[in-house]
Amino acid sequence: MHTILQLQQVGKIYGSGNSKLSVLKDINFSVQAGATLSIVGPSGSGKTTLLGLCAGLDRASQGTVTLQDTVLNDLNENQLAAIRNRYIGFIFQNFQLLPTLTALENVMVPLELRGEKNIRKRSLDLLDKVGLSERSHHYPTQLSGGEQQRVSLARAFSNNPSILFADEPTGNLDAETSDKVVKLLFELNQEAGTTLILVTHDMELAAKTQGIIKIKGGSIEANHQQLG
Amino acid sequence: MNDTPKLKWLFKMAWRDSRRNRTRLLLFISSIVLGIAALVAIYSLGESLTTNIDDQAAQLLGADLALSTNKEPSGDALTLIDSIGQNRSEEISFASMVYFTKTGGNRLAQIKALKGEYPYYGSLETIPLQAGHEFRNQRQALVEQSLMLQYQAQVGDSIQVGAVTFAIAGILEKAPGQNGITSTVAPAVYIPMQFLEQTGLMQKGSRIVYRYFYRLDNPQQAENLSSSLKERFELADLDYKTIAIQKEDTGRSFRDLTRFLGLVGFVALLLGCIGVASSIQIYIREKIASIAILRCLGVRPNEAFMIYLIQIIGIGLLGSWLGAVLGTFIQQVLPVVIKDFLPFDLIVAISWSSIIQGILIGTFISILFAMPPLLAIRNISPLNVLRNDLNQLTSWKDSTLWLIYTITLLFVYLFSFYQMQNARTALFFTLGVLLSFGLLYGIALLLMRVLKRFFPSSWGYLPRQGLANLFRPNNQTAILIVAIGLATSLIATLFLTQDILMQRIQLSTSDDQPNIVLFDIQSHQKDGVIEIAQRNKLAVQQIVPIVNMRLEEVNGHGVAYYRADSTTSKSSRIFGREYRVTFRDSLTSSETIMEGKWIGSYHASSGLIPISIEKGFAERGNMSLGDTLTFNVQGTLMQTQIASLRDVNWAEVQTNFLVVFPEGVLEEAPQFHVLMTHVPSPTVSANFQQEILLSYPNISMIDLALVIKILNELFNKIGFVIQFMAGFSILTGVLVLISSVMVSKYQRIQESVLLRTIGASQFQIFSITAMEYFFLGALASLTGIVLSLAGSWALARFSFDAPFNPALWPVAILALLVTLATVLIGVLNSREILTSSPLAILRKET
Repeated sequence: MHTILQLQQVGKIYGSGNSKLSVLKDINFSVQAGATLSIVGPSGSGKTTLLGLCAGLDRASQGTVTLQDTVLNDLNENQLAAIRNRYIGFIFQNFQLLPTLTALENVMVPLELRGEKNIRKRSLDLLDKVGLSERSHHYPTQLSGGEQQRVSLARAFSNNPSILFADEPTGNLDAETSDKVVKLLFELNQEAGTTLILVTHDMELAAKTQGIIKIKGGSIEANHQQLG
Repeated sequence: MNDTPKLKWLFKMAWRDSRRNRTRLLLFISSIVLGIAALVAIYSLGESLTTNIDDQAAQLLGADLALSTNKEPSGDALTLIDSIGQNRSEEISFASMVYFTKTGGNRLAQIKALKGEYPYYGSLETIPLQAGHEFRNQRQALVEQSLMLQYQAQVGDSIQVGAVTFAIAGILEKAPGQNGITSTVAPAVYIPMQFLEQTGLMQKGSRIVYRYFYRLDNPQQAENLSSSLKERFELADLDYKTIAIQKEDTGRSFRDLTRFLGLVGFVALLLGCIGVASSIQIYIREKIASIAILRCLGVRPNEAFMIYLIQIIGIGLLGSWLGAVLGTFIQQVLPVVIKDFLPFDLIVAISWSSIIQGILIGTFISILFAMPPLLAIRNISPLNVLRNDLNQLTSWKDSTLWLIYTITLLFVYLFSFYQMQNARTALFFTLGVLLSFGLLYGIALLLMRVLKRFFPSSWGYLPRQGLANLFRPNNQTAILIVAIGLATSLIATLFLTQDILMQRIQLSTSDDQPNIVLFDIQSHQKDGVIEIAQRNKLAVQQIVPIVNMRLEEVNGHGVAYYRADSTTSKSSRIFGREYRVTFRDSLTSSETIMEGKWIGSYHASSGLIPISIEKGFAERGNMSLGDTLTFNVQGTLMQTQIASLRDVNWAEVQTNFLVVFPEGVLEEAPQFHVLMTHVPSPTVSANFQQEILLSYPNISMIDLALVIKILNELFNKIGFVIQFMAGFSILTGVLVLISSVMVSKYQRIQESVLLRTIGASQFQIFSITAMEYFFLGALASLTGIVLSLAGSWALARFSFDAPFNPALWPVAILALLVTLATVLIGVLNSREILTSSPLAILRKET
């Protein structure tokens, strides 16, 4: 097993001059391929910012972020986009489906971007796995929150990502739907052998992952990971 | 993915992304539809005009070759005229009074005495048809339709021209070169040449034009003749015109018209484009989330940009195509709009080149104006999926953005250059457009700030909320004020300018100012005319002698010298014309000496005759104090010297002259007189005119009441064309308004839902919406009126030299109408939000 994600001395500062705000400082950790990890912490602790840095959505002000042996700091926007399409899957709290695309099309987009063949069948299979094959032609507004998140799961796994980032995946769902979505998430993750990084403030959900990193005030307070 | 499949995917995504926005996108682009329609219509019209002029140039001239001069041909000129051929017609034309014996009406008309078979191409179109030919052999006249209508005359009635009474043989509907404007200003009356002598109108002073029309074996012969005889024509003071020259002249004047109309259409297009840019900016803001998701999934910044660029190209093409189709239909209407300016029948045809031009311009300009908001897409970070950050959208440091702004300005400049073919005018137009839009925008912002600052806080919640809505983020308040303001400003300026001019003339006719001018009074008629005036209790305010003369030499050199010498600053154009000169011992109230010294009398021993010339005339002819001028006064050469340069206020109603002689020189020269008086009422005016006409048929009269009437008619005709074109800007403003209402619909729904949730009634929400549009309409119309008042003031002050007393009531009514229209359009387009249940709307919209 190799290291898929490594953060060294990572810091994030917003603003400039006198109005500088340090959101993250001195973050160091690494994640092995296939592992599952939760980043937990209170609101405003810097969890989401950290997720953004890990996934190449934002750039670190200090330190280096290495994903799949590639230092993200050195990449331009186009190269980052290619990395995201190739290695990363996303799940967001508010689902973030494209409103003008059907469920099926939403799942197909990452594959279309890769120029792959037979994507329709693969996408339909994924929708079937999340129990939505019957609703493949529905638009996001025609789906419930739980259904939207399940489409989001299908989309996240569609490009066979090496690493999956999930930001409060159950934050907008009721308890019952949350349970179903979480179950599905872990099942799909296990099946695909994907690395999972979960950002949450729900300790119960965090407990389902192999490791937990606690963040407070922009710094790592505790790192409970099973190494190796 | 390599480039081709990726491009295919981008098109697919652009199509998919547009799914739920196509109506909105169409609405955005509808703003440019009218601008393109206007341009296509004008371009098509231009092409139709060129084709029609090419086809009908011979009918416009009526002959293969036409010669004209304002001096009775003799000697060389006559030999030349005779040498060209005998298959010719002659026309002698001049202004004179005509008198309708049945109704007793009289007015100044253009008398055309005709001999021969002219026109050789086309015909004098008359009712009855045969009158155009038959009148030539009898004591009959053809009278232009407008005159017949004005004096309720009928075929068979009599019309007196000078000392001869003619039977009206027919109503003249059309003659070569005549159009609606010429017939309004100087309606024509054709009489046979053989009766001209008897009319007694060919006297000294009459401004007579002699024309000779030739029928040659073929038009090419006319071209050959004119090029070989060019020098001799010039020496004999004969102007010549061939069909090719006629084609060129008519084409040029209509090119000017279509260029001007094209620019008015372009303003509508620019206005629409700003509307599009504004709408697209909001559209892209709403798309940030989708773009950020795409970026998360691996779409590159330029690919995201391309998705929306493809959409804009698509709707730009569609909008331009719709505009081109609409323009082709509008083109069918344009001949009706400009019919008064047309001296020929205009047959319109579909112009494919204009359609293609319109589609290309429309697509290009919509892309150009949508580009600044589109470029912002490249700055949208995928991080927006986690948190919104709107501030990143605009980056003033983006060099591509500045490149786009430069290209936009360059495009406006190049387009106007293409329209006007003059670099300087195009630059002024571009700067003018920038300034007008900038001023409107500036005034809009200022008024908004003032309203916000001084809005009475004691007012109720509804007006306060209505006002606050104007400042809602993403509300296109400023652009709407510019669009509606521009339209209001166009209408108001048109109205105010007309009003200033009419006031200026009416002011001249008020009190005891002269309001009737009699000219062509022969010396022996002077006392008789004064007696008639006194009998009618009219004070003779001015009686001025006028002597016709020609300029032979300046500083000892004649026209040939100045024509040959390209290094001289003197213009040879000052030689060709006939000068009407007066003599007196003092200046009038409209004259001021600017340079030199006024000398009012002359003695034979004093050397050169000291004359005074008008300053502008001196500048145009490059003449200065001390220059010697030799005038030919009916065969006698007179050596004069410029002793003074005068500034003349031409706006004052009195006889003004370019050249004034001192007393003691021209007293014995052949002369005629002009008399000015004030008639207190139309009845006195009619009696006076009739008495003069019966006693002295050669005397012509200009009644300023008639001039005012003619000017009003002219303004209405010109105004109609401008208003028609301004209509495109106005409708564009309406479309920008509708699209703006639609763009902000989602926000309005959320507000409406919120307000209803906390207990607002339907009426209250309606009132807030109506208030918002009331404030918007009021601000916009006020902005437009402020700008038009400023513009009209500048015109009155600097162009017309007239006092500025704008008629505020009509302007206020216009502002009210614009405001009400804005409220109506706003409320009508918001009715869905007002009438549906909050939940139903939310389900539908989200």
